[in-house]
Amino acid sequence: MMRQGQLPQSLERVDKFLAGKPRDAQGRFLKGLILTEMNRPSEAIQVFAKLSEDYPELPEPYNNLAVLYASQGQYEKARTALESSIRTHPSYATAHENLGDIYAKLASQAYDKALQLDSSNTGAKTKLAMIGEMIGGGTSAARATSRPDPVKPAEAALGKTADAGKAGVVASAPKSDSGPKTAEPAVKAGGEQRAESEELVKTVRAWANAWAKKDVQGYLGYYAQDFKTPKGEARDEWEKARKQRINAPKKIEVGIESPKVSISGDNAASVSFRQNYRSDVIKTSGTKTLVMVKANGKWLIREERVN
Amino acid sequence: MDLRRGFSNLLLAGAFCLASSLIGLSSPPAQADQGTDNLLGKAFEEIENNRLDQALVHVEALLRAKPNFRLAYLIKGDLLLARGRALKTFGNPPQGPSERLDDLRAEAMARLQAYRQRPSQDQVPRYLMQMREDQRYAIVVDNKRSRLYLYQNENGRPRFVADYYISTGKRGGEKTREGDEKTPVGVYHVTASLPRKKLSDFYGSGAFPISYPNEWDKRHGRNGHGIWLHGTPSDTYSRAPRASNGCVVLANADLDALSEKLQIGLTPVIISEQVEWLSLDDWTAERDALNSEIERWRSDWEGLDTETYLTHYAKNFSADGENLSEWARHKRQVNSGKSWIKLKLSNFSMFRNPGKDELVVVTFDQDYRSSNLSNSMKKRQYWTKEGGKWRIVYEGAA
Repeated sequence: MMRQGQLPQSLERVDKFLAGKPRDAQGRFLKGLILTEMNRPSEAIQVFAKLSEDYPELPEPYNNLAVLYASQGQYEKARTALESSIRTHPSYATAHENLGDIYAKLASQAYDKALQLDSSNTGAKTKLAMIGEMIGGGTSAARATSRPDPVKPAEAALGKTADAGKAGVVASAPKSDSGPKTAEPAVKAGGEQRAESEELVKTVRAWANAWAKKDVQGYLGYYAQDFKTPKGEARDEWEKARKQRINAPKKIEVGIESPKVSISGDNAASVSFRQNYRSDVIKTSGTKTLVMVKANGKWLIREERVN
Repeated sequence: MDLRRGFSNLLLAGAFCLASSLIGLSSPPAQADQGTDNLLGKAFEEIENNRLDQALVHVEALLRAKPNFRLAYLIKGDLLLARGRALKTFGNPPQGPSERLDDLRAEAMARLQAYRQRPSQDQVPRYLMQMREDQRYAIVVDNKRSRLYLYQNENGRPRFVADYYISTGKRGGEKTREGDEKTPVGVYHVTASLPRKKLSDFYGSGAFPISYPNEWDKRHGRNGHGIWLHGTPSDTYSRAPRASNGCVVLANADLDALSEKLQIGLTPVIISEQVEWLSLDDWTAERDALNSEIERWRSDWEGLDTETYLTHYAKNFSADGENLSEWARHKRQVNSGKSWIKLKLSNFSMFRNPGKDELVVVTFDQDYRSSNLSNSMKKRQYWTKEGGKWRIVYEGAA
């Protein structure tokens, strides 16, 4: 399995392989999967998009492209990709299921527009199933390069053909594995990402809570060592000012509304939300983005942006 | 697919409401091309023929052109949802205010009916009996069907040009009171043009006040003011069928198209609850019958046959505070002092007032010469049927 720790190595291997055979479908498909696993969706999108352009007859790259688009909330693009996937392979069950989910999501967006509902906060992004293996295996690629077994090149790329059982990525690629099983890592990664999202939102709420309780020490504890102060002032100056501001009102309420998490790496993320602040002195409401960084297993605020 | 059944039900319900008013409306005329209704109509047709994919193509094309067309989003939602499961009704959002959904359903119904039942070239609205030569166009509104029809004056005969979806008063038609949120029923004309820059966004691309309350409204004590034809706010393509405080509201593009045809102070706007249609033969017969009655009135007056002249007036006649006997006494006195009258009438318009009562608004230029007095004026009369005969019930300067 492609465990987190082995991903960079796997990527290195597949890149090396692709350097020699840049058009190889299996190798590129694998690279797309690895990038997805590594939480680098825009690069993964590039790989799958190019792959489906070069091999429009393969359904799997379209499907995975759609999954990535959907994870970014780009449902129309996801729909187009899935429809292409089904066109090339009408019986593709995963793509059908995914497409059903996308249609439901698009329908609900359309209804929100029809009834003028705010659709910006209608829940989590749709989670679709990634396909972890190409069954057709990029036949045209294989033909073009006169390689009858499409899986092999990828295995070869990883340099472990003889020792397939042990290697992380290689073990997941072989044809013997069934679709759903190979899809597992992606799903799991998705689950991890969701857990991380929840953790981030929890942190933001705790931060707001400390602020509302006028717990200055606790509040300041949510800021990273390298926090970028709003006007570039020195950290202790900023802390002093915050302390004053937080202590001044008798009562503070801080509401966090429709938080949206975007994770950009293992230790980097940002959370955007509507902040409803109310004290006995003033009442404000606006959107805010907290740029977060993970240090020693804890999410901290590196930057606070008011939009 | 069940979605199709949903639409069929919608159609059935629509047909039921319409049954009494439809006097042979058919075949869309080529010259009335409203892009929105056409695309929507095509989508409906595809749904009925169970080609939901094609329907979606039309709806998406429509949304590209009109990105704030809420009804199209509702249909799009249904078409997408129908791919996953059977739909039992039209409009299936899982959440949201039910009034908004009802409004969109009502709008769908109105647009669908209009697409299905276009005015035929062989029939004309009963109200347009005679247009003046310089009245280039006339507007007829059907309040129940949420439709506005534009007719062109072709040598006195109205020729259908276009029709548009409209929104009217929240509480329907037959306005009587200020603030009753109803659209008036009657014969009016456009009185002014208010450009967009003088208006708030609410009125969209412009506004055209009409002449409510007219003489007949005032006589019946109807009040209120500010009944306009106007556009739509920028956040939506269209509003619900029953949405205004009495105004007639069009999509901005439609209002723009219409505004080019309007002549201030001249273009008639006839608002009905439900348009009555006549074949050309019946229409001609009605016009001729009233024309000859008017000609008899003229010649009896010109002939100084005062008693016969006075038989053209209805028992409940009144004008300028005079009832029939006061009017008769006055006319007998005036006419007895004359040795001759020459009376020329020209520039006739005759518009039938929509509704149960037989009432026609006649406007003309009157050139009056007599042995002791001459004058020219623009005159308006309201003619009504009394004992099966046309009689004048109101007369005054226009």
